[in-house]
Formats: sequence, C-alpha cells, structure tokens
Amino acid sequence: MTSTAQAPAARRVVRDEASVSSRMPGRQPNRLRVQRLFQLLFLLPAALYLVLFFGYPVVKNVIMSFQAYTTTTFYTGEAPWVGLANYAKVLSSQLFGTALLNTALFTIGSIAGQFVIGLLFALFFRRHFPLSGVLRSLLLLPWLLPLIVSSAVWKWILDQDSGVLNQFLHAFGIGSVPWLTSPSVALITVILVNIWIGIPFNTTILYGGLQDIPAEMYEAGSLDGATGWKAFRYITWPMLRPVVSVTLVLGVVYTVKVLDIILGLTNGGPANATQTIATQSYDLSFKQFDFGSGAALSNILIVISALFAIVYLRLNRKAIDD
Amino acid sequence: MKPRSRKFGTALAALAMIATVPLVLAGCSGGASSSGGKVDSITVLDYYNQGNDKAVIGKYLDICGAENDVKIDRKLVPGASLIQKVLQQASSKTLPDVLMIDNPDLQQIAATGALSPLDQYGISTDGYAKGVLQAGTYKDKVYGLAPTVNTIALFYNKAVLAKAGITPPKTWDELQASAKQLTTGSQYGFAVDANATYEGTWQFLPFMWSNGGNEKDIDTAGTEEALQLWTDLVKDGSMSKSVVNWTQADVNDQFIAGKAAMMINGPWQIPGLKESGVDYGIAQIPVKSASDTPVAPLGGEVWTVPNTGDKAKQKVAAKIVDCLNSEKNQLAMAKLRFTIPSKTAAAEKFGEEVPEEKVFVDLVASARARTGQLGETWPKAATKIYTAVQSALTGQATPAEALKNAQAGS
Repeated sequence: MTSTAQAPAARRVVRDEASVSSRMPGRQPNRLRVQRLFQLLFLLPAALYLVLFFGYPVVKNVIMSFQAYTTTTFYTGEAPWVGLANYAKVLSSQLFGTALLNTALFTIGSIAGQFVIGLLFALFFRRHFPLSGVLRSLLLLPWLLPLIVSSAVWKWILDQDSGVLNQFLHAFGIGSVPWLTSPSVALITVILVNIWIGIPFNTTILYGGLQDIPAEMYEAGSLDGATGWKAFRYITWPMLRPVVSVTLVLGVVYTVKVLDIILGLTNGGPANATQTIATQSYDLSFKQFDFGSGAALSNILIVISALFAIVYLRLNRKAIDD
Repeated sequence: MKPRSRKFGTALAALAMIATVPLVLAGCSGGASSSGGKVDSITVLDYYNQGNDKAVIGKYLDICGAENDVKIDRKLVPGASLIQKVLQQASSKTLPDVLMIDNPDLQQIAATGALSPLDQYGISTDGYAKGVLQAGTYKDKVYGLAPTVNTIALFYNKAVLAKAGITPPKTWDELQASAKQLTTGSQYGFAVDANATYEGTWQFLPFMWSNGGNEKDIDTAGTEEALQLWTDLVKDGSMSKSVVNWTQADVNDQFIAGKAAMMINGPWQIPGLKESGVDYGIAQIPVKSASDTPVAPLGGEVWTVPNTGDKAKQKVAAKIVDCLNSEKNQLAMAKLRFTIPSKTAAAEKFGEEVPEEKVFVDLVASARARTGQLGETWPKAATKIYTAVQSALTGQATPAEALKNAQAGS
C-alpha cells in the first residue's frame, strides 16, 4: 500500500526538479534550500516531541542519579552533586543481588511463557472455526483490564486459606498452596500472573504475522510433503522470524520494568522474594523519598534493557545478512 | 475537505480558549492576593476522598471557612498519591493554603522548608496529648496539628470468645493460649497485618514498643521477643500464613467473615464493623507481662500551613487550622469519624460519651509518634522492621537472625 502511494509522488518530485533545473539553472540552489527548509519544518514537531517527552526525562533522570535529590529539592531546587555515591549505594546494597536475580528470572520466565502460549493460541486461531472470532476477542480481556484491578482479583483468587484457586485444588485433594505467602513460591506465582497478562499481546502480534504468510506457500509446501510440524518448521517459523524478534524485544522491554502487578500482588514481599529492580527503584524514590538513588537504580534498569535490545538487534541483523 | 477544516478550525479555537482559562484564573487569584485586603478563598488539599470521612471533614472545613468569612476550595487526592502531589506543588510553587499530611510524613515535608511553624500565628499548642505534638514537631517547632488521632487495639468477637469461655487476653501467654484455643475449622484465633509496607510495621510497633524495643536499633532482645511471639502464632497455626500479604482492610474482612476471632485494628474500622453486625469488643493489645505498660503508635493526619508567600492568606489558613482544632470541633469530628480528639480534655469527654472507645482514649494519651525518635529517617527504619517481620514469619530466618540482618542491611 504505502509503496504504491509514494511512488508517483516521488516520481513527480523528481520530474519537477528536473524541469526546474533545465528551465532556471540559476535559481536551483535557492529553491533547493527552501525545499530543504520545508523538509526540516515538517520534522520539527516530531523532533520537538521527542526532545520534550523522551530526551528531557532521560537526561533529567541521569542528572538526578548523580545528585542528593530528596524531598527538599522539590521546594528549594537545590540538589547537591554527589558523583557516583548513589550508584555505589544501590550496587552495594544487600538487596541488589536479589533484585537483579529476581528481575532476570521474572523476565525470562514471563517471556518464555507468554511467547510459547501466545504462539500456540495464534496458530490455533489461524484455523477458522465457529465462534473463533468471538473467542479471539475474548482472549484480549486480560489486556483490557486495568492492571490494578486484575492484580487485586488475582490476589483474592490466590489467597492461601479462602482463595478460589486453593478451594478448587482441595477438590482434587491438593493441599493449600502458599501462592503469595511463601518466599519460594511467590515469584513463580507473580510470573504466572504476568504470563496471563502478556498472552494477548503475544497472540495478537504473532497472529498478525501469521496472516502475512501467503497461503500459496503452504500449498506449494504440501506438494513437497511439508505438512504439520514440517510446515511449521520450514515455512511458518522462518517467515515469522521478523515478527518473533519484534515480539521478544518489546516483550523484554515491557517485562523488565513491570511494577504495578508486583506491587498489587505482593508489594515485593514476602521477605523480598518478589523484589525486582523496578520495585526496588520505586521503593527508594516514592517510599523512602531518596530520589537520587531511585534514579540511579532505574538508570541501571534502562541500561540493562537497552543492552538486551542492542544485542538482539545485532543478532537479528546478522541473521538477515547471512 | 472544507467542512473538515472548518471543524478543525473550531476545535483549534476552542483549544485556544481553554488554554487561556488558566491565565484568567491565575489573573484572578493574583488579583485577590496582591490587593492585600480581604482574603475571600482558601485552598485546601487532603486525602479524605471517600464516604464518611470526606463528608465530615468537608463539613467542618466549611464551618471553619464560614467562621473566618472565606470560601473553602477543597481538592482531594487518593492517599497514596498525596506526597507526590505535594512535592509537585512544592516545585511549581502552587502549594495549597491549608495542607493535610499523614503524621509520619510531616517531618519529611517540614524539613524541605515548605511549611510554616504554627507559633508565628499565635496558635496555642496547650492541652494536646504528648505524642500528638511529638508527631507535629520538627526541630523544636510545631508545624502541624491533628484534630483527631487514632491507634490500634485488640478487636475480638464477643460471641465466639464467650462460647469458648475466654476473656480477652491481657498478656502474651494468654494471647497465645486463647488464640490457639479459638482456632477451629476455618477460623483462626488471631489476625494481624504483617505485609511488606509501612502498615505492617505500624501493626508490629505496639508489640515491639511495649516490650522495650526501639526503632533506632531493632537488633535487641525486646524486639526479638515480640517477633518471636508473632512467629510462634504463625507456626502453631493460630494465625494464617497469609498475614504477610494482608492489608489492615483485609484483616478486618477476615474478622467480619468469621475467619479470625481476634484481630489488631484501628477505630476507623468501626463504621464497617457496625454495619456488618458482628458483635465485637475492643481491648488493649496484650503485653508481655501484666505489669508492662502498653505503648501504642500514634496515627492520624495533621493539618499544616504551607509557605505560599501570601502572608494574608497564610494568616487565614492558620485560623482555619486552629478552628478545626477547637475542643468543640475536635469532639464533634471524633464522634462522627470514630477517632479520638487530640486534646486531652476533649478526649476524656469523648471517652465518657463513647465508652466503647475508652480503650483508644487511654492508649492515645500515652501513644508514641513514629517519627518521634528518628524524624526524617523513620522510613528507613520502618522498611527494616517490616523486612525483618516478613523474613521471620515466612521462616526464612529465625527472629534473631531476621532482625540482625535487617538492622545491618542498608
């Protein structure tokens, strides 16, 4: 669509420029400059938006992380420069190791679950069957609910004594599972809830990717004996690769910074079992009012997710180059 | 194309008009203050944004406004976002004329310089309970006063206890024994809030303080014994393992649902309890040995006068704060909100008129402010306390280890 719409326009510009240069060779630089100016003007709103809403917060956050930024700063505007002290403090904190490990487990666990289940759902819904449209839209439900609401409901479902889930398990003779109250189970529970929330996103994007694979390929493949698993392995998966990488990169970036679900379910507890870098950063900034340290920790989080994105994009480019 | 662009034009014009509204408003308020004469409105910010509290506070703000011949312009935010809102307003110099703050946050905000000391307005601080002034004081000056305050005590289900032939426990041993006896079927004997927030810390404080524990150093024998008590209650099944994830509201729900025979909670739950029809009684939180004095943590919100730079308005704002704290208004608000007047004389009167809350009246008289010893650094200590409680209750560490680790951790 876009390429066909752009092509005539581009051609016209070229023709205009050619005719202009042939008729008035003397005014060419001037005209070009005006054109260039207009081009830049069109860029201006987007550039301004980026600087204001992306550049400023990031730069501000970096500066904040080098300052003793406290509640007083908000009133007086004074934030003494402390160099790397905030970074030293958060990195040497007892909790940093725990939070880093939890962040890694939470991200890997959530992404793996969301992606696999999302892909299975996408493949399932590619076959058309009665009510498939309705069911597919119902699948979006977790995505439509406000996270605070869904975490409150999950907390109620997962209550150890009177929660619906344990009552249900009792019927099968399974004893009370301490979903949110045992330090060794809580992280797994939080990951499971996050998987539930992430499935619609993965399904939707992967389903869209599947729609773009031409049906003829499967017809041709089936003539060569590629059906079922083989069709997936040799046709679907390679064709889906670009969509898969987008899904995974976005998934990681979204998951690394998850805050509300954890706060809603466990508040980082019990005994810091679900404390991640994101919740720890929130705690430092908004509960202990140590905004400098909170900013330092969140910068570390930004670097982690940026690193992941760069590594992944590189791998991806290499795959395409090959 | 044409109609669309006209519509766009109209939208733009509308937008432009809306954009000028703040300018006009700013112009108005600017005019009112610079005239230096009569103040006709006072802005107020608080977090009583629901139900009964919202109505009662609104009513008494209006009464005090009328008394001082000003209109009250009240803004409400949810409790959790109040401090963020205040910080935002502090940096944009748009603080309200009267500001309500939860008492443990007062010193933090006063330390920024955003609040004005109340003595400069000639407000008397006589007759208040000791803890109330302690909570409102920063560096020897009182910055905030609370009309009514609260604390926590032991709520028990009268019918259940009577049936089991148990009187409300007074000591830790009695608490353990009766909690165990009351645990049957889906009913636990006892419930507290031990979650990973300051609420969890707040519920642990009376046990810790009454046994000689101190927030400056939690790695002491007194605090350890208190934590051992909670740990034992979970271990022997008298208290649900879920306490590490319950809020005070959850605890109250458990109590109402008959899943806890006794609980620790505050007077703000009374309206809900009355509505539920549960026949409850209120007693002091058990102490280790009968001769110990119970020490309760002081809760409640203080009203302050921020430094807005408009002296005339600040003066009127101080009058509003003073009016909210008049003995008459304290008593009236206390009755409507089930909280305790902060002036001792009013509290005693309240205790006579509402005998059910006599326990709270007694506790408040000697209650301790959370920021009394540590001031601005209280949040750090509070985090250590709930961390230790959580790790002991979940069995990650013994109470002694848990407290030692938490005290050492930064």
